Amino acid sequence: MTLLAAEGLTKRFGGVVAANGVSFALEPGEMLAMIGPNGAGKSTTFNMVGGQLRPDAGRVTLAGQDVTNTPPRALCRLGVGRSFQVAQTFLSFTVVGNVQMALIAHQRQTRQMLSDAAALHRDAALALLDRVGMAAQADRPIGELAYGDVKRVELAIALAGAPRLLLMDEPTAGMAPSERAALMALVAGIARRERIGVLFTEHDMDSVFAHADRILVLVRGEIIARGSPEDVRADPEVQRVYLGQSGTKAAARARRTHG
Amino acid sequence: MTRFTLSRRALGGAALVALARPGVAQGAPIRIGELNSYARMAAFAVPYRNAMQLAQDQVNAAGGVMGGRHIEFVFRDDGSTPGDAVRVAEELLTRENVAFLAGTYLSNVGLAVSDFANQRKRLFLATEPLTDAITMAQGNRYTFRVRPGTYMQTRMLVESLRGKTAKRWAIVAPNYDYGQSAAANFKRLLPEAIPGAEIVAEQFPALGRVDAGATVGALSQARPDGIFNVLFGPDLTAFVREGNTRGLFERRTVASLLTGEPEYMIPLGEETPEGWIVTGYPVEQIEAPPAHKAFIEAYRGRFNDMPRLGSLLGYVTVQIVANMLNQARSAETEAMVDALADLRTDTVVGPVTMRGLDHQSTLGAWVGETTLRGRAGAMKNPRFADGADYMFSEAEVRAARRSA
Amino acid sequence: MEWDFLLVQALSGLASASSLFIIASGLTIVFGVTRIVNFAHGSFYMLGAYMAVTIVPWLLELDRSPTMFFVGVLASAVAVGLLGVAMELLLLRRIYRVPELFQLLATFGVVLIVQDVVSMIWGPVEIPGPRAPGLRHAVYIFDQRFPAYELFLIAVGPAVLALLWLLMHRTRFGVLIRAATQDREMVGALGVNQAMLFTGTLFLGAALAGLGGALQIPRVSASSHMDLSIIVEAFVVTVIGGMGSVPGAFLAAMLIGQLQAFGVLVFPKITLVLAFLLMAVVLVVKPWGLLGRPEAASGRAVLPEGILDPHPLGRAGRLLAAAAVVAVLALPLFDAYTVKVGTEVLILALAAFSLNFLVGNGGIVSFGHAAYFGLGAYGAGLLVVKAGLPMEPALIAAPIAGGAAAALFGFFVVRLSGIYLAMLTLAFAQIAYAIVFQWVEVTGGDNGLVGVWPSSWAASREAYHYLTAVLTLGAIIFLRRVIHAPFGATLRAARDSAARADAVGIDVRTHRWLGFTLAGAAAGLAGGLYAFSKGSIDPTLLGIPMSVDFLSMILLGGIQSVMGPVAGAAAFHAVKDFFMPLTDYWRLLLGLSIIAMVLVFPRGLAGAFVSRRRGAS
Repeated sequence: MTLLAAEGLTKRFGGVVAANGVSFALEPGEMLAMIGPNGAGKSTTFNMVGGQLRPDAGRVTLAGQDVTNTPPRALCRLGVGRSFQVAQTFLSFTVVGNVQMALIAHQRQTRQMLSDAAALHRDAALALLDRVGMAAQADRPIGELAYGDVKRVELAIALAGAPRLLLMDEPTAGMAPSERAALMALVAGIARRERIGVLFTEHDMDSVFAHADRILVLVRGEIIARGSPEDVRADPEVQRVYLGQSGTKAAARARRTHG
Repeated sequence: MTRFTLSRRALGGAALVALARPGVAQGAPIRIGELNSYARMAAFAVPYRNAMQLAQDQVNAAGGVMGGRHIEFVFRDDGSTPGDAVRVAEELLTRENVAFLAGTYLSNVGLAVSDFANQRKRLFLATEPLTDAITMAQGNRYTFRVRPGTYMQTRMLVESLRGKTAKRWAIVAPNYDYGQSAAANFKRLLPEAIPGAEIVAEQFPALGRVDAGATVGALSQARPDGIFNVLFGPDLTAFVREGNTRGLFERRTVASLLTGEPEYMIPLGEETPEGWIVTGYPVEQIEAPPAHKAFIEAYRGRFNDMPRLGSLLGYVTVQIVANMLNQARSAETEAMVDALADLRTDTVVGPVTMRGLDHQSTLGAWVGETTLRGRAGAMKNPRFADGADYMFSEAEVRAARRSA
Repeated sequence: MEWDFLLVQALSGLASASSLFIIASGLTIVFGVTRIVNFAHGSFYMLGAYMAVTIVPWLLELDRSPTMFFVGVLASAVAVGLLGVAMELLLLRRIYRVPELFQLLATFGVVLIVQDVVSMIWGPVEIPGPRAPGLRHAVYIFDQRFPAYELFLIAVGPAVLALLWLLMHRTRFGVLIRAATQDREMVGALGVNQAMLFTGTLFLGAALAGLGGALQIPRVSASSHMDLSIIVEAFVVTVIGGMGSVPGAFLAAMLIGQLQAFGVLVFPKITLVLAFLLMAVVLVVKPWGLLGRPEAASGRAVLPEGILDPHPLGRAGRLLAAAAVVAVLALPLFDAYTVKVGTEVLILALAAFSLNFLVGNGGIVSFGHAAYFGLGAYGAGLLVVKAGLPMEPALIAAPIAGGAAAALFGFFVVRLSGIYLAMLTLAFAQIAYAIVFQWVEVTGGDNGLVGVWPSSWAASREAYHYLTAVLTLGAIIFLRRVIHAPFGATLRAARDSAARADAVGIDVRTHRWLGFTLAGAAAGLAGGLYAFSKGSIDPTLLGIPMSVDFLSMILLGGIQSVMGPVAGAAAFHAVKDFFMPLTDYWRLLLGLSIIAMVLVFPRGLAGAFVSRRRGAS
């Protein structure tokens, strides 16, 4: 059964069309990459799926349930985990504290006033950290970690919500090349093993082509190509776009061809 | 409670406890706790304190009270809030072992200290707060007031309006208790002085923040024949300037509370309007009694400045205190309270009686007209209004104080 | 109403607006560049007026001409600008690295110092200034007279706006100011000499305040209460316009000027609150003011200013806590007054602790916490005085009243963030203050109500002290527990990253709202206890000075420490109580103490305690 489906997502900012009729589907355990040049509408589309932006038209369904305009905190409860372009963690907490906090939220225990937060779900949090290879750093303040490690912790935080779907906005942005491959391999492994669907945007083509099952190419708010890494690599439109030709023309041609 | 008293004594507090009951230690000075807004209301309170020190030294030089004991004022800032003032009052009573409390300027501070004194059953001589509540609805056995209150001052002023022809009146008053109750008193008393008079406009700018242009505009729009002003201090200066420029006061009767007090008259300077009917203290024009002249001389000699109204109040307060102690022959609270009721004191402005009914003194004020002399304001044709003639009627007092 | 009257009334409004804008523009520029909430801005305004009433008459002696008048006004503005530079060099420069709130505390210290220095130099009596030669008269507008000087003022506002525009767009200094307002880190990264930029900005800001004050002297006399009356209004203008936006400040000043001019015709008593009502409405509708922009999210991860990872008390901490409790219980062995002060410290400690529950633990900076303290006091006091109930039910009502008010106001407050949130709490506190102040029949107005005394079993100082100790320490221990519990952790998580909190399923607004309500209830309990310790209630309990005191206490104690506010409350109250009986100039000494503490303990007393221990181990 299709895990995530976007149908005709459209968003305008003033006169600018940031996303125009974007549709795609994602299966459990699948890694779907969304690529495109800057300003192509990746983040806009991503944020409409993630509930931060309200689409002007179109809808998003999660396992058949309409989740259009559902705020992030509610999406989380439906099994959607997120990571951000700039890692968002609870900076004043320890590494394990971050994951414990996510577990507390997942267990709906955030309003407890008498129990000790530091003692709750510690073992489960350590187990999650172990899955991302961060258990050894558990008791350090998260602010002291290298950025690549912070990204791993962020993954553990996202996994704490037992997600069916992970939305990852440029998961490897700001990381060293060697760290990138390792993180993407980790994500792909977890996704395939646990049948979690992953939608991610990425600038780093090596990561994309190495780990994505399918790729969407966005230009000027429209999907100009989609398919397996091999198909996309071979697509003349995509080559033209990445060779620097006008994205508008490419998109227009794409519409003629695909539409 | 007993246990704590014992433990204090065990700690060597016996001497303190003994001191707290003056009269035991013969010859020791009688200490009086004086709390006031010396920091925030310094323009009024500092001349007040000066005169108190002057009077205290004179009383002591003349042999003190109760057959040879000195008086000693312990001055404290009251922080200008009721919360601070009550703590300071507590400090004066417990640490400084004063026989009683005196002072306060702001009405809310005065009321809070008054209720505190009542709770602790200690005498409180409220010298300056103007609110009528302190002697009326919230009056109590232990609180007495020296300065003529809002009602008395308003009544003195309205009395002087008898025979005036102005029928349409506008009121401008600062938006707090003193302004509001002066306005209310004025509305109540005006028809007795000018039959058929009506109020056509009321303005209540926030204290210290008058928007003079807008306020003057709103008043003149009502086309009043007369204006009753309760503004004072910086608000008054701004209001007078704006009103002068815009001609608000021309061909209009203006009655203004407290404006003749040097504290407020001096800053007006050459802007002092002509012919306002005001209450105040025309310090240089007061001929009788002779003691007043002597007071001025002594004050000038010591502080190189003319007394303000605050100075007069401070001096009179000490005279009343000395007289009370002599009559009571004790610094025990109940004896002092009993002595103070209906106590008549010959002060530098004549006899003043502390009316036993409402614990309000009959200290009066002067009513006159403002005028410009050189580049300074002055009061023309001042007449002394004896407070005794302007107090609340006995029936009103009984009704108000019974409900308290 | 005739239209010529309406015209003149509108002109009056414009004249006030013009003055207000000049002052507020300085405040908004300083905030935009330095992010300092400069409480001392009102002091600069007051100093401008005092300088002018000193310099201008002296110049007019030489030559009674309009030129001399304006030379004097400008000289006053420049002199005040230099005082602004002095404050930057001597004070602010030393504390740019400490949390922003500390700078606010330091400027508050400056306010206290300037108040007393002004009365030392110029005396306590207000000083009227000379009228402007050539502009003494009135001009006829139809048959209404209008002061020529006010027409002049109406022109000055737009002139200053135009000059500021030129400065901002045509000079390098101005371009830097705008760049820093939009992105402070960028300017630092570009290698601009930040120190010079800040010094220049402080000069400009203070000079504008001084100019505003100096221009007022033909209308109002210089007095030592001018500072606090203007600063609040200037804040309101700045916030309505959008912090950092000069055109916004102009727009807001015009709006408020007209609102006041016509407001007094309709509601003659409403001036107290009109501006705050406007501010509350604007912030609810436009969370960043009329022309302000959302604060750019920081590109790098910054550790929040506040409680980090709360640990259980260590050995030293436990010993200290035990010693404090023993001291509290043993106080009645000393003299009666010490008991009284101890009771007050306990009450203030609870109020401060509840404020730091918001500020330190939740990142919700409230400038209006006294509202909940005061409403708690009124909740309790009214039950005793008006309903004749005894102390016990009244003390139950106090936290309910404080909590209910916090729930009502907090519903709107938690929708905002940063300085705008703080200003909305201030606006609500002022609205609550105005209601209590104005509703004389029920609340007794500014006189307040007396007769709020404890039940007879708790009437003695000692018994009341123990009652207070049990309730305040109980509440503090409870709140401390909450800080360590999931709810407290959730508030910290939302403070650290609202986006992350949202993504893990936390309803950030609802949790902040509940936290705000809980803190309000605790403050309400403190207020109720305070009422019974004083026997009276009055509007100063809800006033801005009270809120500022609470802020000072938590900052002195250290907002990053769980127990710091308790130390801060004790230190603040002890210092005040020590200086008040000594001299009339106790505000000066209090101000100096605050500044000294900010300089010596830039992380608060508790911060100093922790770093000493770290250094030792």
